[in-house]
Amino acid sequence: MLTESSESTLERLLLREEIEQFLYYEAELLDDRKFDDWINLIAEDIHYHMPIRRNVKFGTQERENTSSLSEISWFDEGKRTLAGRVRQINTGLHWCEEPFSRIRHIVSNVRILEVNGDEVRVNSSFFVWQNRLQDEVNLFVGRREDILRRDEDTQWKIAKRLILLDQNVLLAKVISTFF
Amino acid sequence: MTALVRSYGDRSLRSLVDLDRGLVSREIYVNEDIYKMELEQVYTRAWLFIGHESQVPNPGDFVVSRMGEEEVILVRDRKNELHVFLNTCRHRGMKVCRYDDGNTLVFTCPFHGWSYDTDGRLVGVPYYDAAYKGDMDKSEWGLPEVAQMCNYYGSVWATWDKGAPSFEDYLGPYADMARRVFQSTDGEDNGVELFNPVYKWRIPCNWKFPGFSFDGDRAHGAMTHRSINVAAIGPQGDANGGNRSPLLAPFPYTDYEMTVPELGHGGHNAIYDQPGVAPYKDTWFTEPGIDDYYREQREKKREKYKDKYIVGETAHIWPNVNIQPHRILIWHPHSAGVTESWRAYPIDRMAPQFVKDAQRRYMMRYGGPCGLTESDDMENWNYASAASTGTVAKRFPYNFMMGAGHAFKDEEGAPGMTLNYEVAEENQRSRLRRWLEFMEAGSWEDIYPVNPVSPSAGQAVKAERGTV
Ligand code: FES
Ligand SMILES: [Fe+2]
Repeated sequence: MLTESSESTLERLLLREEIEQFLYYEAELLDDRKFDDWINLIAEDIHYHMPIRRNVKFGTQERENTSSLSEISWFDEGKRTLAGRVRQINTGLHWCEEPFSRIRHIVSNVRILEVNGDEVRVNSSFFVWQNRLQDEVNLFVGRREDILRRDEDTQWKIAKRLILLDQNVLLAKVISTFF
Repeated sequence: MTALVRSYGDRSLRSLVDLDRGLVSREIYVNEDIYKMELEQVYTRAWLFIGHESQVPNPGDFVVSRMGEEEVILVRDRKNELHVFLNTCRHRGMKVCRYDDGNTLVFTCPFHGWSYDTDGRLVGVPYYDAAYKGDMDKSEWGLPEVAQMCNYYGSVWATWDKGAPSFEDYLGPYADMARRVFQSTDGEDNGVELFNPVYKWRIPCNWKFPGFSFDGDRAHGAMTHRSINVAAIGPQGDANGGNRSPLLAPFPYTDYEMTVPELGHGGHNAIYDQPGVAPYKDTWFTEPGIDDYYREQREKKREKYKDKYIVGETAHIWPNVNIQPHRILIWHPHSAGVTESWRAYPIDRMAPQFVKDAQRRYMMRYGGPCGLTESDDMENWNYASAASTGTVAKRFPYNFMMGAGHAFKDEEGAPGMTLNYEVAEENQRSRLRRWLEFMEAGSWEDIYPVNPVSPSAGQAVKAERGTV
């Protein structure tokens, strides 16, 4: 604290506030099913990656999360496929989201890890509730590591997203939402 | 057995499955007692898919797999032999392996410390001399091992039943097709490896919904998958209306539902009008270089198979596995109303990395619980299962009439197979037919060798190809 001027402390707090507000706004777009607005927050070069989490022996934790270089993940894609998902939901014929589920993204534990030019690396935790038809409930809990990039149009764009879902065997029949 | 009879009235299993009329009671998809009986009658007897040797390339490598509801370990021992063991300690039943995969010298039980060599032998028991005082013979207390295991061109299969026929006999006329699935795209045996790891996820439906309909339910595609083309996930991108599947240029062919009703296997398979393999058609418009690889591979395969008539590319191996050149689908029973679905993706072992990457990414966006195509299958299987459990609902049998009584044989085009129009429910009836035999059988002797099934009366023995 002593080495930091009050000016830079204020800057840091403002940035955190701005990032938090952006992440909450993003969550709200998804919960309100404004998928076209959401996809607009996605950078053209995004890597959207949700690895599978393995049960591995102590000392080999570097193998816990599957690699996007050679292994299978739940999601490992770019904007092209994400945009395809949005178009598919928007047909109204995508039966696993027709009628829509009630989905709520709770985002917390927001922490800025690094500021690098116009990019910010940020951690956040999520708790996603899905209630489908009458009584189907799926819970998704985990952590994200994002790279957000400043953008004139939307303030920020999501340039990279690593999603660590805290499950091994996926307990939901499908993942029909975004994280 | 008494409880069983009571839970679905005084009806026999046979009366619940009327395949001549195509009427099948919902009971067999939802009844808890019938489900428990399946675990015994089907899952301890049938040959089941375990994995692939590429998952355990080195001595000491292991990966967990599953047979029915129970977890097994596929392991390569120090002498390079493959084994499949039940994952349970002989002392008090603890899981001896709680990792998904890895490499080990021994499996040491975390409860009291019994340890087992990778060949299954019990090699370590704490207090052995002091407390057992020589009363226990360790050689009798190894890990429970499957009765038979088969490494079929790199794929590993097993059964708990000594009396089961060999895996090749179990496959029957599908042996050749199954062999080709594990070839690389240039037609070389043992030519693939699996991407790691396999997808594992739970679908709230009876295992027979996916297990008995997949590759036998062409009628579902147009409706279930109506929303998929707009996403253009296929290798050709937006071309061809965004179709999710690669473009193909096969020789002139006729597509059938093809099955061996005696064994329960079957798939959507083509009979080609000429021998050999058709030339490759470019389809990877979204990624450069991929077509060049596959085209070159295809030319090598064409050379190898130029005089041979090929039938079909995929096979459903009864009861719960579907094998295809780029994907293996397994539906494990988890409870009467839940399936644990597994999905493995084979790829040419020798393919360059960029081809492996492109194929891997295509498979991830295509299928599994996050794939764009199959999410809608899951919704349908889930709620079809859910809406079948009601007391009143169960009074109304499922309709399996599509194409019933219209099957035929074509011994020249597809020896040993029974055929039907490409949109039929012949394969589903075939699987149910074999299911009934397994459920009623006292042992393998009652169900193998099989009794030939002839297509229902009233149908010509052979319809003209291309006209059905
Ligand atoms: S249960 Fe394994 S050592 Fe006791
Ligand atoms: Fe489907």
